[in-house]
Amino acid sequence: MTVTAWTAAQVARKVIDNKDLFILDVRNADAFEDWKIEGHKFEYLNIPYFELLDGVEEILPQIPSDKDVLVVCAKEGSSIMVADMLSEAGYTVGYLEGGMKSWSMYLEPIKVGNLNGGGELYQFVRLGKGCLSYMAINDGEAAIIDAVRFTEIFTKFAEEKGVKIKHVFDTHLHADHISGGRHIAAATGATYYLPPKDAEEVVFDYTPLTDGLTVQLGSSEIEVGALYSPGHTIGSTSFVIDKKYLLTGDILFIDSIGRPDLAGLAEDWVGDLRETLYSRYRSLAEDLIVLPAHFMIIEELNEDGTVAKRLGDLFAENHGLNVEDEEVFRSMVTDNLPPQPNAYQEIRIVNMGKVTPNDEEQTEMEIGPNRCAVR
Amino acid sequence: MNITKTLDVKGLACPMPIVRTKKTIDTINSGEVLEVLVTDKGALSDFAAWAKAGGHTILDQKEEAGVLYFYIQKA
Repeated sequence: MTVTAWTAAQVARKVIDNKDLFILDVRNADAFEDWKIEGHKFEYLNIPYFELLDGVEEILPQIPSDKDVLVVCAKEGSSIMVADMLSEAGYTVGYLEGGMKSWSMYLEPIKVGNLNGGGELYQFVRLGKGCLSYMAINDGEAAIIDAVRFTEIFTKFAEEKGVKIKHVFDTHLHADHISGGRHIAAATGATYYLPPKDAEEVVFDYTPLTDGLTVQLGSSEIEVGALYSPGHTIGSTSFVIDKKYLLTGDILFIDSIGRPDLAGLAEDWVGDLRETLYSRYRSLAEDLIVLPAHFMIIEELNEDGTVAKRLGDLFAENHGLNVEDEEVFRSMVTDNLPPQPNAYQEIRIVNMGKVTPNDEEQTEMEIGPNRCAVR
Repeated sequence: MNITKTLDVKGLACPMPIVRTKKTIDTINSGEVLEVLVTDKGALSDFAAWAKAGGHTILDQKEEAGVLYFYIQKA
């Protein structure tokens, strides 16, 4: 039987199209528990590769023959070894090229919807890490929000669409992933904006992203407007695009809310977070479609693979928006928080421009889930 | 600590460090110590989990100039 190499893109299609997949994850139990490839209809078996060195006979009864089987490990070496063993035993299996590293890096651009007068809004879903970036295009111009570090994906996409990137925003100084924002701006001549309150330590030039700032895309009426919404960080800023979409950054997610502790100031910022979620956002139109900068669990994905939901629905359904008692809220977002994202302090320093690790080091820093939420 | 054997798997990527270590530990006696030199960073968690699964004891480990040293006592 043959062993097929699967790309992260092929696995992403399985997730987005709601397909079956049997994943044999041969990493350590800890690594698997911590972070795995999530799919609506995926089944899993986790057996570390070093327990299979003497043969795969013992696990054969657990390997299905009626669905695709994909062997996964951290980089790919062990998965190839185990896939070969299964293949020799007569099974048709695949392995994930580049392992969880490549899964962490893969981005799928999905159209969220049309904007007034022929514009379009795209969400770039980084399934492995749960990061969401955005590109709004209209009339030959584009604005990018919360770009991850794979800058070519965005510049090539803009080229294909025949648009010029004019504005690049980060909603806040990220702690879970390395921003590609200022690099895209440098490569394209676009303006790079960052909230000044998050940028006190940055060592590069930027344009302050302040409350009420608006930019126009192309000649028509599409407007990208900034709304100061602190809490996850003190500078966190949301965007309203075309009076239709609310980009919430790491403040509000579909099934959770932002955590205030990643810059070390949870106690100070919990009041801001409450104010943003319970007052500022409440004054907005409930028909706005919320587009966050992350998802945490696969259930937050819509049928078409996007992560988006009406603000009014979130007010009704999101637990984090329905904690009436302020003290209970304070305790929820400051006590017993889940572990922080991998290497979050180092990642903040990279995003300040103070250090520039090489590609491999950046990949290593970004391993694991984003962990930016409190549920 | 008496080192019975040394295995140098520097430059090898996962799964080879563990594959070679397992083969080598099969050639020493219970209670004897195998020294392993690895450069693959994934080895840190893999060696701990592999040793635990097999009942072996990691007596000591260190990192010097990018090389990980493991001292594994056979179960």
